[in-house]
Amino acid sequence: MDILFLLIPLSLVLAVAIGAAFWIAVDGGQFDDLDGPAVRVVADDDLPR
Amino acid sequence: MDCAHCGLPAPEGSSFCCPGCEAVAGAIGGLGLGDFYRLRDAAAARPARPVQARPEDALLDDAPTLARHARKLEDGTLEIELLLEGLRCAACAWLVEQAVARVPGVRESNVGFATRRARVRWDPATPLSKIVTAIRAVGYGAWPYEHGRIEMVEAGERRTALRRLWVAGLGMMQVMMYAVPAYIAGEGEITADIESLMRWAGLVLTLPVVGYSAAPFFRGAWRELVRGRLGMDVPVALGILVAFAASAWATVTGAGAVYFDSVTMFVFLLLGGRYLELLARARAGSALQRLARAEVASAERLVAPTSLETLTIPAARLVPGDRVLVRTGEAVPADGEMEGPPSEVSEAWLSGESRALARRPGDALTGGSVNAGRAFVMRVKRVGDDTAAASLRRLMERALEDRPHWVAAAERAGGAFVAFVLVAAAAAAAGWWSVDPQRAVWIAVSVLVVTCPCALALATPMALVAASGALARRHLVITRGGAIERLAGATDLVFDKTGTLTEGRPRVLAFQAMRGHPLERARELAAALARPSSHPLDRAIVRACDGVRELPVSDHRNVPGDGVEALVDGRLYRLGRASFVAALHGRPFVAADGGDGTRAWLGDESGWIATVRFGDALRPEARAAVDALRDAGLRVHLLSGDGPGPVTAVAAQLGITQAVAQATPQRKIDHVRTLQARGARVAMVGDGVNDAPVLAQSDVSIAMGGGADLAQLRADAVLLSDSPADLAAGISIARRARAIVRQNLAWALAYNAIVVPMAIAGWVTPLVAGIAMASSSLVVVGNALRVRR
Repeated sequence: MDILFLLIPLSLVLAVAIGAAFWIAVDGGQFDDLDGPAVRVVADDDLPR
Repeated sequence: MDCAHCGLPAPEGSSFCCPGCEAVAGAIGGLGLGDFYRLRDAAAARPARPVQARPEDALLDDAPTLARHARKLEDGTLEIELLLEGLRCAACAWLVEQAVARVPGVRESNVGFATRRARVRWDPATPLSKIVTAIRAVGYGAWPYEHGRIEMVEAGERRTALRRLWVAGLGMMQVMMYAVPAYIAGEGEITADIESLMRWAGLVLTLPVVGYSAAPFFRGAWRELVRGRLGMDVPVALGILVAFAASAWATVTGAGAVYFDSVTMFVFLLLGGRYLELLARARAGSALQRLARAEVASAERLVAPTSLETLTIPAARLVPGDRVLVRTGEAVPADGEMEGPPSEVSEAWLSGESRALARRPGDALTGGSVNAGRAFVMRVKRVGDDTAAASLRRLMERALEDRPHWVAAAERAGGAFVAFVLVAAAAAAAGWWSVDPQRAVWIAVSVLVVTCPCALALATPMALVAASGALARRHLVITRGGAIERLAGATDLVFDKTGTLTEGRPRVLAFQAMRGHPLERARELAAALARPSSHPLDRAIVRACDGVRELPVSDHRNVPGDGVEALVDGRLYRLGRASFVAALHGRPFVAADGGDGTRAWLGDESGWIATVRFGDALRPEARAAVDALRDAGLRVHLLSGDGPGPVTAVAAQLGITQAVAQATPQRKIDHVRTLQARGARVAMVGDGVNDAPVLAQSDVSIAMGGGADLAQLRADAVLLSDSPADLAAGISIARRARAIVRQNLAWALAYNAIVVPMAIAGWVTPLVAGIAMASSSLVVVGNALRVRR
């Protein structure tokens, strides 16, 4: 059970990391449009470049 | 067969309803974007405007305009946000994005469906007008987007709310991980040091949830207390605070129970409800943006007081005192005063009234109106935020902040309930203190949490949110808070005939050639004369003569109030009033076939050639809609200012028995009052500001939004599709919402009546209280979502 002394603090770090990642994603505008990307990925839209 | 592009009925043998749709579909196919038709889940908007380039497009390339709207990036490219018109589904967003990306010189294009905005990055070498034209070619409108203060605030609010929600959600999940072992482990199965570690971990993760995520509740509670009121936030804040403080104390001292899991879950569920409410508000806000369309882009300013020489400038740069030339068919760029010469102005955008109104020197002009007569000069009086259009828009913004009556009532009841909860919690704590001091605090927290009035607070807004979403899908946009409840309670529905049950624009009912004139030739001539004119009747002729051979015309002249004349193959023809045409040939007036209504005549120097009869046709779906409304138990009335002939005809076709013709506004108000005196709740369907007094007298008013964007502001709701069928569906949605609100309130009351005594008796631990509260909220939310069905 001693491993818990490592795992519990680790889980805390992980939670903070996920929170930070999400925070950045929100600020980057990734949640501003939740419908468009779903369609964009289905569409065959390779541009002739 | 329905139009392949917009889904409206198309003529037999054709895949499209109009040349506009056909051109747009052609453009979409030409770009290799045919996938659009496979991906979309809503028919496209019918292209409202001609697809060709428009004069104000050139303004987009004007350096000051670019400087105002576009940002210059480090690599030398420009970036701009365009507000899009006509987006119906996510596939539309994709289509616009692709169409823009295929314009040479565009580096990046990004369309947000939710925001209805396109962000485009492009080489300065490519004119912006080309990008806007490309968007128009596939059937959408676009204009540079100016960040309004409100939108900025709203976007910031939404992000903050999302962050708070996520922090709470993450905290909740992780804290639960630390809490569950303590619940399921038997006595002595977890060593004291590990249990303490888990408690500390829970404390650490609860800290941001309470300190950051729950901050709005503390602020709200503080504001309520300062104002001497008891709102929903007070017990919420108190419950969170007491539970957290006691748990933290237990963690530090290592004695007593901790309920970090209850605290975090509680905060998360509350924030979730608030976030949904925020989204609904934002959706209502996007209707606002559509009003911005009434603004005019360019103006022709007179350079000198004496000459008619003009300089085209962006309308935004006009200042009061400027003198502006408004040509035939162009829009009045700002509010002002007519200088002359006398002309006619159509205020259809404001009133829905398509008939042009005479304006003499000195008369007031409203920005956005269209010059339907000859060119005139006006003096600008008010620009920008001071114009009628802008103030109407502000009215709508304010309307959005209205508290619906249901919500207000729930809040008042909530206030009393909160007081009761606080007293009950305090009494329970005091009572238990004498019996078992150890449990007193926790029982008080249980009472606070379990009775948390969220079921009560969520019941109404959730149903309203779901209902406004469902209504928006039927193109019915609510502009005033209480509209849904009043719509649900309506017993009588009054149609104002003009434009509500009929097409609202003139249509050719009969085209009759005179003896000795072939019909086909007459149609070609009429279409040729009407084509260059923008008069509604001429437009109707062009629509009716669609497909005829195009004859070349020269010396086309518009005679306001009379008609048009032009040379075709060297002969002079006139189309217009009988007197105007008769003046050309001097022949006596001839009788035409029966039927009343507006008429136009066609003639040349040797006599009459043809006559055209116009009328207002019934909307195709009107009959079914009126039947549906009657089936829903509504009494349907028709009040119209038109003559008895057309009104009886419409009423008979629709089976409406209560029809009043030649109704003046006063008469309409009296009629509505009489109905109300008999206990009826009257829903009024109008189409413009000209029926504003009647709309105000009615219990709930609905504006048809197609022609008259700004008229929307006077009404409680706007029907964007103009379809009476959507109206019938809207009323049934509103009624379902009302039923669900009642169920939800009943549930909330029953739940509280059962759990409060249990919590006071000490049978409910804070965790169970939290779960019970959460399930109760979920029941309410789930029930509310049934409105969408």
